[in-house]
Amino acid sequence: MNFKKILPQLLTLVVVILVFGFFSYNAQVNMENRGITFGYGFLSQESSFDVQFSLIEYDGSHSYFRAYLVGLLNTILVSVIGIVFATIIGVVVGIARLSNNYLIERTAAIYVEFFRNIPLLLQIFFWYFAALRALPLPEKAEPIFGVFFLTIKGFFVPAFVWNNIDIFTYSVIAAIIAIVFVRLYAKKKQENQGIQTPVLSISIGLLIILPLLSFFLGGVDASVEIPVIEQLSKTSFTFKGGLKLPPELISLALALSLYTATFIAECVRAGVQGVSKGQKEAAASIGLTPNQVLKLVVMPQALRIIIPPTTNQYLNLTKNSSLAAAIAYPDLVLVFAGTALMQTGRAIEIVSITMLTYLTLSITISIFMNWYNKKIAIKEK
Amino acid sequence: MNKLNFLSPDKNNLYTYLYPGIGLFSLSILIVFLNSFFSLDLTSFLPGTISYFLPLILGFIGLHLIRIEYSGIKFLDIINKNINTNKFNALLSLLIIFAVIKSLPPLLSWFIIDANFAGDSKDACSGSGACWAYIKTWFNRFMYGMYPNAEQWRINLSFIALAFLGGVGFFATEKFKKYLTLYYVVVYPIIAFLFIFFFISGGPIFFDFSYGIIAAVISIIIGFFIPSKFKMYYFLIIPITIYILLKYVFFYEELIELGKIQAFEWVETGAWGGLSLTFIVSFFCLIFCFPVGLFLSLGRRSDLPIIKYISIGFIEFWRGVPLITVLFMSSVMFPMFLPEDMFIDKLVRVIIAISLFEAAYVAEVIRGGLQALPRGQYDAAKSLGMGYWKMHIFVILPQALKLVIPGIANTFLALVKDTPLIFVVGLLEIVGMLNLAKTNPEWLGFAMEGYVFASIVFFIICYAMSKYSYNLEQKYKTER
Repeated sequence: MNFKKILPQLLTLVVVILVFGFFSYNAQVNMENRGITFGYGFLSQESSFDVQFSLIEYDGSHSYFRAYLVGLLNTILVSVIGIVFATIIGVVVGIARLSNNYLIERTAAIYVEFFRNIPLLLQIFFWYFAALRALPLPEKAEPIFGVFFLTIKGFFVPAFVWNNIDIFTYSVIAAIIAIVFVRLYAKKKQENQGIQTPVLSISIGLLIILPLLSFFLGGVDASVEIPVIEQLSKTSFTFKGGLKLPPELISLALALSLYTATFIAECVRAGVQGVSKGQKEAAASIGLTPNQVLKLVVMPQALRIIIPPTTNQYLNLTKNSSLAAAIAYPDLVLVFAGTALMQTGRAIEIVSITMLTYLTLSITISIFMNWYNKKIAIKEK
Repeated sequence: MNKLNFLSPDKNNLYTYLYPGIGLFSLSILIVFLNSFFSLDLTSFLPGTISYFLPLILGFIGLHLIRIEYSGIKFLDIINKNINTNKFNALLSLLIIFAVIKSLPPLLSWFIIDANFAGDSKDACSGSGACWAYIKTWFNRFMYGMYPNAEQWRINLSFIALAFLGGVGFFATEKFKKYLTLYYVVVYPIIAFLFIFFFISGGPIFFDFSYGIIAAVISIIIGFFIPSKFKMYYFLIIPITIYILLKYVFFYEELIELGKIQAFEWVETGAWGGLSLTFIVSFFCLIFCFPVGLFLSLGRRSDLPIIKYISIGFIEFWRGVPLITVLFMSSVMFPMFLPEDMFIDKLVRVIIAISLFEAAYVAEVIRGGLQALPRGQYDAAKSLGMGYWKMHIFVILPQALKLVIPGIANTFLALVKDTPLIFVVGLLEIVGMLNLAKTNPEWLGFAMEGYVFASIVFFIICYAMSKYSYNLEQKYKTER
């Protein structure tokens, strides 16, 4: 140990401790002056505020912790919707960017350049305040395929009413487990005997057949509830029955997926371009069919390049979903760091919980990603 | 004469296929064009569905007939190669062409033909198109926020001066080129700060920061004459001593009174806004986040465990939380951490928050560049007897930073796109001003125009930045 190595470390440590000490001392003094005590006990108190849109049962008589859960679930909901659509659009556009058709390539390029260069918040405002406000009132809405209604008050879609939903769920889980086994078996067979098994068609078949069996044998029954227009007062109409997707959710999901898709498209393009031409030619020269070249040689290598930055984009999307607060979609930030903070005045506790939640989410995904990266990394001898 | 087979056109009867092919293709485009621009339906005598799909069918057959490889006609080959390689591509090309033709008239009429350009009240906008009079009336607010009209020349002058001073680097002669880095990293930010503080804000002449600048300048001048062996200790102690001397000893009462004189009217930061605020916030965050990020990335790769883990913790914390919660923290939680009598301006808090946030991202980008350098570079530098700082400043960083230009440009772009979020603390830059104008009772119902305007503004800024970074990347690309 020499002096030159210890001194800077000691200095840094002292500075960090001093800063933290200064902050926490002030926080203590300030809280004493305002007569608040630090603690998380308020979480079990009655919240006495309502939330517009919630996945679990919630009203003012529930606790602040329940309000936190409502916000968290709404955040997860919009993130999952956004991730699904961003992936679909991103992959399609990314492949279109590689097309040899000039018009398609240009269209995709214009889309990417345009949507990635406009702030996400502006896009959310655009969809919410400009585009979706141009939709018709419920009483004037034209049905789409007879059952969907796109109105200014939200998107009304038919809902399923289930009997014995648990058996149906079990059948889906069983199908997924069966698919995992089929894949393992196929891989073993491929490695031992070099014979390919049509895994994809078997998987799709399993996913259809097992749930279907549950309908016929397990007594599962589903009926569809179609939204019907209802008059609330002389001028106000709404739809009853079915599922209502509020305009906040739609515009947020739309903006998030269109924005993130541009980045995913670039990841996909970079990934496919990153596989060297020699790899494809080598694979073709040992007699693999074009499909096999894609499946066994190009895709595994391209995915290795595509997946890490794409997960990063998923993470960004989840964090960006906090912009929901700007259009009053009741996500974690709006419900908890907004309304609950306003009511209790417990700035330190609430902001710290909110940040910790996002931090946990990010770090979990990062740890998983590091593990995955190690798993798929090229194993050099 | 060869047999004609319309299912597989070939080179032999080229013109027999070509003329009907081009005819059908042109006819399909003509039908769509007349339909969308002049609402003329040429095919109305046919049943609805067939009439609707007729252009697509005609165009598809037409493209099929002209799909002849190596025809010898240059123009035809270019078309075939680019939009007509197979049936699927032909269909997609047709769909895109039709979509463009169909969407042009409504867009044109909304943007230009039916739009209102003149007038200064809502009544002027009677047409069905866009109301550009709205943008014209509010233009001043979108650019300068609530900044007093009579004082706006201060913002203009500062921006022009700063742009001019920033552009000096392009015209520097060889002799001065070596000082450019010093100029941009140290001198320029200080000048920019003084402009913003004296001019745009209208602050007093002497304040802590100006003592600091004087102290720094004096100590740098003396520093030239100090032997390099003692330089580190000198720069640790002397500037602070001079600063204290200046502030508490040399400046007499009268001088302090003089320093309180304000040359310009004070405009509080709450009144700043519009596009100029976007520029100010992104400019300062850009200046601050780069050095912080640089030190963090070095810290993360350091062998000293305490510095390493503090850096990792710092970076991972800021990267793990959304910016909006950081801004929430700076507005509601941070004041709790300060002594009661201490007040930090809203804008300063926001700039610090965004800078720290983006610094974590910059750090990760630079770390990527540092990791990409081969180990030999470090070993070679060490074998020449270079110390840690010499090695990094002269060997490692110039190469690593060159590698990460695209990544840093992306982070800066993200920073510019993140500035609208400052609405959380009540600062209204251009998007915030739009939302304010939208709720003005005299101008209700023009949300679309506002957002389209702001989108175009941001698109121009961000697109120009990304093209510039691409140029930089090409310019500094070195063969390895």
